[in-house]
Amino acid sequence: MENRVVITGIGTYSCLGENTDAVLDSLRAGRSGIVFDESRKEFGYRSALTGFVKEPDLKPFLSRRERIGMHEPAMFAYMSTREALIQSNLDVDFLEKTETGIIFGNDSTAGAVIQTIDKVRERKDTTLIGSGDIFQNMNCTVNMNLSTIFKLKGINISMSAACASGSHAIGMGYLLIKQGLQDRVICGGAQEINVYAMASFDGLGAFSLNESDPTKASRPFDRDRDGLVPSGGSATVIVESLESALKRNAPILGEIIGYGFSSNGDHISNPNFDGQFRSLNMALKQANIDPKLVDYVNAHATSTPVGDTTEAQAIHSVFGSKVPVSSTKSMTGHECWMAGASEIAYSLMMMNNDFIAPNINFENPDEDSAKINIVPEYKEHKIDCFLSNSFGFGGTNSSLIIKKFIK
Amino acid sequence: MERAEIIETTKRFLSEEFEVDPNEIQAENNLHSTLDLDSLDYVDLVVVIEENLGFKPTGDDFKAIQSFNDFYDLVEQKLTVA
Repeated sequence: MENRVVITGIGTYSCLGENTDAVLDSLRAGRSGIVFDESRKEFGYRSALTGFVKEPDLKPFLSRRERIGMHEPAMFAYMSTREALIQSNLDVDFLEKTETGIIFGNDSTAGAVIQTIDKVRERKDTTLIGSGDIFQNMNCTVNMNLSTIFKLKGINISMSAACASGSHAIGMGYLLIKQGLQDRVICGGAQEINVYAMASFDGLGAFSLNESDPTKASRPFDRDRDGLVPSGGSATVIVESLESALKRNAPILGEIIGYGFSSNGDHISNPNFDGQFRSLNMALKQANIDPKLVDYVNAHATSTPVGDTTEAQAIHSVFGSKVPVSSTKSMTGHECWMAGASEIAYSLMMMNNDFIAPNINFENPDEDSAKINIVPEYKEHKIDCFLSNSFGFGGTNSSLIIKKFIK
Repeated sequence: MERAEIIETTKRFLSEEFEVDPNEIQAENNLHSTLDLDSLDYVDLVVVIEENLGFKPTGDDFKAIQSFNDFYDLVEQKLTVA
């Protein structure tokens, strides 16, 4: 027998706010988290635009030994996970005595690695690096740190799938619970934000150059979009079997009913209609619902000319022109490894508060975005079921479908 | 470096690095338990000693140290040899 799978907690540490209450306010207000970062210009970036989150002070929460292996991804992930666990009524005493897993999306530790290598270049002696750097440097840094801090006893793996990492992390947690292999998995995605993290991506010419007006730069689906804006932080989603959630009397924020995935098997950076189309249809087939039952699509749309066009075509092919669509990246920028998880958190906030967050800066459609129903301003709207897309370099695609929980 | 200066310098950098109350760093107290050192912490202990006192203690050096007094003796010996 397959388990029903629900979400019992979310946490966000994002450029829209450092907790879910602050993020909810920003989503309602259509507030952008994008800034101009002069240090990027000095470093050699084409574009100095970025979403901004500050480094959290973890000293009040964690010991020196617990903090020493953490760089940005793990620090941000600690903040979002702490919040999600509190909402889900989970504490370390319970986690230590039960089997809870962690699958976190992360696909780089550039800032930490460069910091370490700089020490060796200067001192010419690896024994002077210190004990924490190895745990900051490895791509599974979030998993290593959080599983230790929260004393987790279940599945413990990292998800590295480019800009779909966070979405696949939730999808894999969902599958493990559905099959009865886990009761509960802490899922999420984290994204570093330092100047080293995005330099090579900037070098591809993929970032917006609209530096004179940072909050207008990220404009998914708009005719005049000129590229994405990088961003970061962390989001956590507690995924749990319905049986376990009811037994614990945990809050239930939504039920995961479909996870579709595909690989383009094509170009390493260009999107691909067929791959997206297959991912969307796989999620719908697994959810066993008519596309008309989806009340909202949270698009992957990053504000790049070719990416948004392809997704608009895929959404139109599957859903037609009526379903409301918005890309929260218009406000957050592209949260990359984190985005697939944060956009589930943002969409859950919308579903549980009866609104659609606006696709800000959508002023003029192009030929393809004119064919779908993009929501440019805050809209009161009852959502019973939503779909969230995430697509990444290498042609990795993920689509999740979540509905309101009905017993 | 005079012994008084060694004690003062040691108290400062060890309390900062290992986040312990400086008043706990007393000559007769056990260095390992006062600093709550686990196996990884000795790597960091080497780093801060090298940064602040200019030498790298060995594993054998640590085996011989129990109290902070033992550590001050080691520092004096190493700095004298240097």
